[in-house]
Amino acid sequence: MKHFLEGSIAVAEAVKLCRPGVISAYPITPQTHIVEKLADFVANGELNTEFLNVESEHSAASVVLGSLAAGVRSYTASSSQGLLLMSEVLYNIAGLRLPLVITCANRAISAPLSIWNDQQDSEALRDAGLIQLYVESIQEAVDYHLYAFRLAEDPRVLLPVMVCMDGFVLTHAYEAVDIPQQENVDAFLPEFKLQEKLDTKEPISMGVVADARFYMETRYAIQETMREAQIIMKEMKHEFEKVFEREIYVFFEPYCLEDAEKVIISRGSVAGTVKDVVDEMRKEGKKVGALKLISYRPFPAEKLYEALKGVPEVAVLDRAISLGGFGPMYTEFKALFQGKEKSPKVSGFIGGLGQRDITKDNIREIYEKLEGNEVSCHFLNLNQEYLMQARRYT
Amino acid sequence: MQDRLIAPGHAMCAGCGQSIAARIVVDTAGPDTIVVNATGCLEVSTSLFPTSSWEVPWIHSLFENTAAVAAGIEAALKSQGKQEEVKVIAQAGDGGTADIGLQALSGMWERGHDVLYVCYDNAAYMNTGVQRSSLTPYGASTTTSPAGSHSMGNPFREKDMLKIAAAHHIPYAASASAGYPRDLRRKIKKALSIKGPKYLHVLVPCPLGWRHETRLSVKLGQLAVKTGLFPMVEYEYGELTSSHKLKEVLNVEEYLKPQGRFAHLFEDSAESRQHLKRIQDLSDYNVKYYGLLKG
Repeated sequence: MKHFLEGSIAVAEAVKLCRPGVISAYPITPQTHIVEKLADFVANGELNTEFLNVESEHSAASVVLGSLAAGVRSYTASSSQGLLLMSEVLYNIAGLRLPLVITCANRAISAPLSIWNDQQDSEALRDAGLIQLYVESIQEAVDYHLYAFRLAEDPRVLLPVMVCMDGFVLTHAYEAVDIPQQENVDAFLPEFKLQEKLDTKEPISMGVVADARFYMETRYAIQETMREAQIIMKEMKHEFEKVFEREIYVFFEPYCLEDAEKVIISRGSVAGTVKDVVDEMRKEGKKVGALKLISYRPFPAEKLYEALKGVPEVAVLDRAISLGGFGPMYTEFKALFQGKEKSPKVSGFIGGLGQRDITKDNIREIYEKLEGNEVSCHFLNLNQEYLMQARRYT
Repeated sequence: MQDRLIAPGHAMCAGCGQSIAARIVVDTAGPDTIVVNATGCLEVSTSLFPTSSWEVPWIHSLFENTAAVAAGIEAALKSQGKQEEVKVIAQAGDGGTADIGLQALSGMWERGHDVLYVCYDNAAYMNTGVQRSSLTPYGASTTTSPAGSHSMGNPFREKDMLKIAAAHHIPYAASASAGYPRDLRRKIKKALSIKGPKYLHVLVPCPLGWRHETRLSVKLGQLAVKTGLFPMVEYEYGELTSSHKLKEVLNVEEYLKPQGRFAHLFEDSAESRQHLKRIQDLSDYNVKYYGLLKG
């Protein structure tokens, strides 16, 4: 049944349907509405869970680490500085192979302080061993949370899954969304069961010291799981579609790719704007297309290569930047085609940092720029006047 | 090996006070216990893969989050309806407790989790090579507060963790020493009979960091108490309810002299004498404040 809901509320509804036994969180904008709604469910007896208000994000992540290790489904959410404070623990959770589901309400990173949206925060956790899924819409946010619990907890995976949704643009926007029935979620998501857990009947030691003889294999194991997870993700996509009777993409969404000569790759909510511009330009007879990346980790390299190898010109639109380097997604795609027989021209664009608008005109500007020389790190929508002023003072 | 829950064969040093105290803690708690361990000596020396000394379920996560991980485990036990059967013990050193882990510990206390938190206080970061912590005593020479021509060792007085615990109104907070095993066992039993957050602060002499002979560990655990420098006290719901009484209070020098970390205080100089006097003053204060003298 469709409901007209705020993004955060819709996510809270989805999490509730997954029945976590422990939720722990610490307030940070724009994540707050999600956990407030979950607290509300608990306060009104709609959700039977241990809800822990802790004293920092570091402890929020540590609480769910403990509860997962003891064998209970657990959830947390954060943004920006909070996510960075959690980062030490999130690496630890991945290394311990604990199936946490965490929402990142994507937000810029200080300084200067910005509560507004971009994707620098989740990008900073790229290498932690988390599966990262980026959503475009509120419906996708609901669907990928359901999907995330099942994926994380699959005994062949056992890795944390982070669902990344753009702060404000999705967390605080309203959309008509389908919230599935409890019986369907129960059919899709098996009961939480960990083989290895803290149990007085079968004592094990977790989080041990691994010297040079053993450490590297633990990293290799996660890398292998990330590869195998792609097979499992595909299998789970079919399960999802069977139970909930709607199609989802799990790696990326191709849009008018077949005969496209110019393609913009993007991630998250901006993909909607890109698709609108594709529709408009197609009407004008221009052969343009788009690709929305959903699964950033694992990075589905082979599938992406197959989808993009025939495209002459590709633009990667990053909403984050590796300062001193390039847009992080741009680097991934540039590497993807390196040394391949068929290789598109790949250009990199940075936009939307701290929620600077990315307008339809900006998207058109990218398509037009692709005709010229390759660019690696072109900033969209900079205010030249401010830059001139700054130069005058230095 | 159900009677010994920390199996032999671990890598702790000869004469390690922490190994004595930890064994008493875990053996007294019994097999229906989940142990959460902070990063530190006890952790690295008992869990080098592929071996483990732990006969109870045991987890190590990070340095500063022990209390929060324990809180999560306790919440999971509640969710599973097992909170009556299984006890949760969190344990950390003085750095993991009074420095980097203090925030998470304060949160755990404030939220009232049914967890016994044990601090094994050897008064410095011994695992990383004897660096100063906020529980290093005044005047002690450590690798980051070395005594020298311009330094008399650690210039600060240690935090009072018991009072910090008591300020959280938790049901039970007590100090104990590896030099008094029977008293330690009694306090563990008492703590575990109470619901809610409990704090046990155990002084554990460290031959490596304190630079004393290994055979003196237990004796120094007693001398710290007998000189009034380490009062063994109990707080219940924020109120001081008992203190370990002494027939006589020994001069602090009896405790300080066998330890290399205080050697510079026994040089023939006005400054050394002044520092010794200050340490004696701290002892006098404790004796008066806690009423340590019998009769």
